[in-house]
Amino acid sequence: MELIIKAKGIVKTFVDGEVETPVLKGIDLEIKRGEFLSIMGRSGAGKSTLIYQLGLLDEPTGGQIDINGTDTLALNWSKKTDFRLKYLGYVFQDYALVPELTAVENVALPLLMRGIQTNKALEKAREVLHTLELHQQVNNFPSQLSGGEQQRVSIARAIVDEPEIIFCDEPTANLDSLSARVVIDILKKLNKSGQTIVMVTHEDEYARQTDRIIKLADGLIESEEILTPAK
Amino acid sequence: MLDLNSIKVGWFLGYRQIKRASLWTNLLIIIIMILTFLNLVVVSGLLVGLIEGAVVTIREHYISDIFISKLKEKNYIEDSQNIIATLQNIPGVSSFSPRYLVSGIIEANYQDRTDFNNLPEETAAIIAGIDFEKENAVTGLGSLIVEGEYLDNDDFDQVIVGAMLLDRYLDIDSPSFTVLRDVEIGSKIKLKIGDEAREVTVKGITRGKADEIDRRVFINDKQLRNMIGRSDLNVGEISIAVDDQYKPEFVRDVLLQNGFGRYARIQTFDEAQPKFIIDMKNTFALLGTIISSIGLIVAAITIFIVIFINAITRRKYIGIMKAIGTNGRSIELAYVFQSLIYAIVGSVIGLILVYVVLVPYFNGNPIDFPFSDGILVAPALVTMIRVCVLIVVTALAGYIPARIIVTKNTLDSILGRK
Ligand SMILES: Nc1ncnc2c1ncn2[C@@H]1O[C@H](COP(=O)(O)OP(=O)(O)OP(=O)(O)O)[C@@H](O)[C@H]1O
Ligand SMILES: [Mg+2]
Repeated sequence: MELIIKAKGIVKTFVDGEVETPVLKGIDLEIKRGEFLSIMGRSGAGKSTLIYQLGLLDEPTGGQIDINGTDTLALNWSKKTDFRLKYLGYVFQDYALVPELTAVENVALPLLMRGIQTNKALEKAREVLHTLELHQQVNNFPSQLSGGEQQRVSIARAIVDEPEIIFCDEPTANLDSLSARVVIDILKKLNKSGQTIVMVTHEDEYARQTDRIIKLADGLIESEEILTPAK
Repeated sequence: MLDLNSIKVGWFLGYRQIKRASLWTNLLIIIIMILTFLNLVVVSGLLVGLIEGAVVTIREHYISDIFISKLKEKNYIEDSQNIIATLQNIPGVSSFSPRYLVSGIIEANYQDRTDFNNLPEETAAIIAGIDFEKENAVTGLGSLIVEGEYLDNDDFDQVIVGAMLLDRYLDIDSPSFTVLRDVEIGSKIKLKIGDEAREVTVKGITRGKADEIDRRVFINDKQLRNMIGRSDLNVGEISIAVDDQYKPEFVRDVLLQNGFGRYARIQTFDEAQPKFIIDMKNTFALLGTIISSIGLIVAAITIFIVIFINAITRRKYIGIMKAIGTNGRSIELAYVFQSLIYAIVGSVIGLILVYVVLVPYFNGNPIDFPFSDGILVAPALVTMIRVCVLIVVTALAGYIPARIIVTKNTLDSILGRK
C-alpha cells in the first residue's frame, strides 16, 4: 500500500530562554493512504505536538516529513500555507469556526481561497453540510449551533476541499457521547470512501474503531496496535 | 503578492466582519470618520473663508471686476472723460462707477462746543463724490446702509458716512484712529476740504467691513466737484462690473489697447487684490492644514487601535483561517477593506454635510467677524485631495495592526501562546 506520510526522527524541543523542554524525541511514523490512524497517550505525552508537526502547523526541531512525496520541511512559509490549503484538513477540539461567518460561509472559505467563485463555493459548501445532515443550520452562525453541530461544520470545512489527509485533535473531547458517536461515524464513513485520517483521542472506544493505534509516552512511540491488518 | 483572489477573499471576510460587528461600534467609528473629515475640510475651510469673506466684500462692494486707479505720482486719473466714454462702448461692461476722491476733515458737534481750549472733534476721511445710482449698480453700496437711507443723485448737502468714522461702530479704541461721537442720522457735520468748509446732513451710515468703504464719506459727485472747483472732470478711481459671459481680462485689454495705461493703473480684481490678503490666505490655509493634520493623525491612531484590538481579540480565528489555508494577505486585506468602508462612509456623509448643509448655511449666514463675514471655503479639488489623504491614511492605519497580528506564528495564534 502506498505511503502518504513518511516521517523520520521527528524531534521537537521547546526552548524558553535557558529552559529546554524536549517533547518529541525522535518519532518515526509511516501512514498509508486511506488509513485511519489514532494517536493515544497520557495528557502531556506530546500527541498534539506530533499532529501539529505532521499537519505543518509547526516546525519540528529536527527530522524529516514527506507528505505525498513532498519534502514539506523544505517549503517556505507561504508555500506551506498553500500546501495546507491543497492537501490537508483540520478538525480541532474546540471546533474553531470563524464567528462572523455562517456555517456555510465557514465551509466555503477554503474553496474561496482556491479561487472558486463565491456562488459555486457556497453551493458546494451547502452540499457537504447536507451530507452531514445540517440542512437546517446552513445559515446559522457558530454561536447559534450546538457543540456537536459546530464540530460537524468543522468536519465539513475540513473535507469540502477533498484534502489528502485530515488531522483531528480530540474531535470528540467537548461532546456528549451521542454527538461524539455521530462525529466518529462520520469520520469512519469518510475513511471508508478512501479518506486518510489522523486522529488524537483519549477514548479507547473510538480508537478501537480505527485501523491502527499508536501510543505515545515520554516523546516516543511506546506501542503500536494494528486493528485492520488488511490495510 | 496582491492577487485578485486575495482581494476577493479579503472583501468576503472584511465585508462580513463589518456587517456582523455591533451597530454601536460601527456607528462610533463612522462618527469619528465624519468628524475627522469635517475637521479636515471645515477647519481650514473656515480659516480660509475668514479671509475669503474679506476678499469677497472688497470685490463685491469696492473693486468689482476691474479697477482703474490713478497713477502713484498723480492726484487723479488724467483723461478720465475719455476713459468713461470708451467704457460705454466696450461690450461686456455691465456698469461702472467713477469716483472723485479728495482727502478732507470732518468735524462733528461743533455747535455744542463750549470749551475752545479742547481740540475740535474731527477726523480725517476720504471724501468720495459719486453718482449714487451708478455706484449702487456696481457695488450695491445702498445694500450696505445700516442706518438711515441711501441717497439719490439730486440729494445735495447730504452725505453717507462710513461706520468706521463713528465711535459706536468701532470696537477698538486706538489713539491714532480718531472717530466722531454722537453722530446720528440727521446730525449736521462739517466737511472741510482745503480752505473750503460745508455743513452737510448725515443721511445714512454704511458698513461693509472694509476700510475703503467704511472710512469714507460719500457725497453727490457734482457737489464735490463744485466744492473743489474741479472742472476737468478727472476722477480718482473707477470700478467696473463685467458681464458674466465676458472675461474681465478682455475688458482690461481693450482699455490698455486704447492707451489708457499711460494715465491710470488698469487691473482686474485678481491683480488689484492687496498682497497682504493673498499672504494671509496662504498663512491661514497652512494653519488649517496643520490643525487638520493633527486631526488626521488622531483619526489614524483611533482606527489603528480599533483594528488592533479587533485583530488581537480575533487572533485565534486569524490563526485558524491561516491553518486551513487562508493566506495572510487576504486577512490583512479584510482589515484594510473594513477601514476603507469606514473611511468612505464617513467621507460621503461628511461631503453631504459640507456641501448640502454647511457651505449653503455659511453662505446664507456668514460668521460675523469684525473684519469680514466669514464663509466656508471648500473647493472641490482641495476637498477631493483631502478625502484621498483620509482614505489612504485610514487604509494604512488598518493595514499595519492587521499585519502585525497576521504575521504572528499560526500555531501560537490558535493556541493563544505568547
Ligand atoms: N510552547 C511550549 N513550550 C513549552 N512546552 C510546551 C509547549 N507546548 C507544549 N509544551 C509541552 O509539551 C508537552 C506535550 O504537549 P501536548 O500538547 O502535545 O500534549 P498532549 O499529549 O496533546 O496532551 P493533552 O492530552 O492534554 O492534549 C506538554 O508537557 C507541554 O507542557
Ligand atoms: Mg493535546
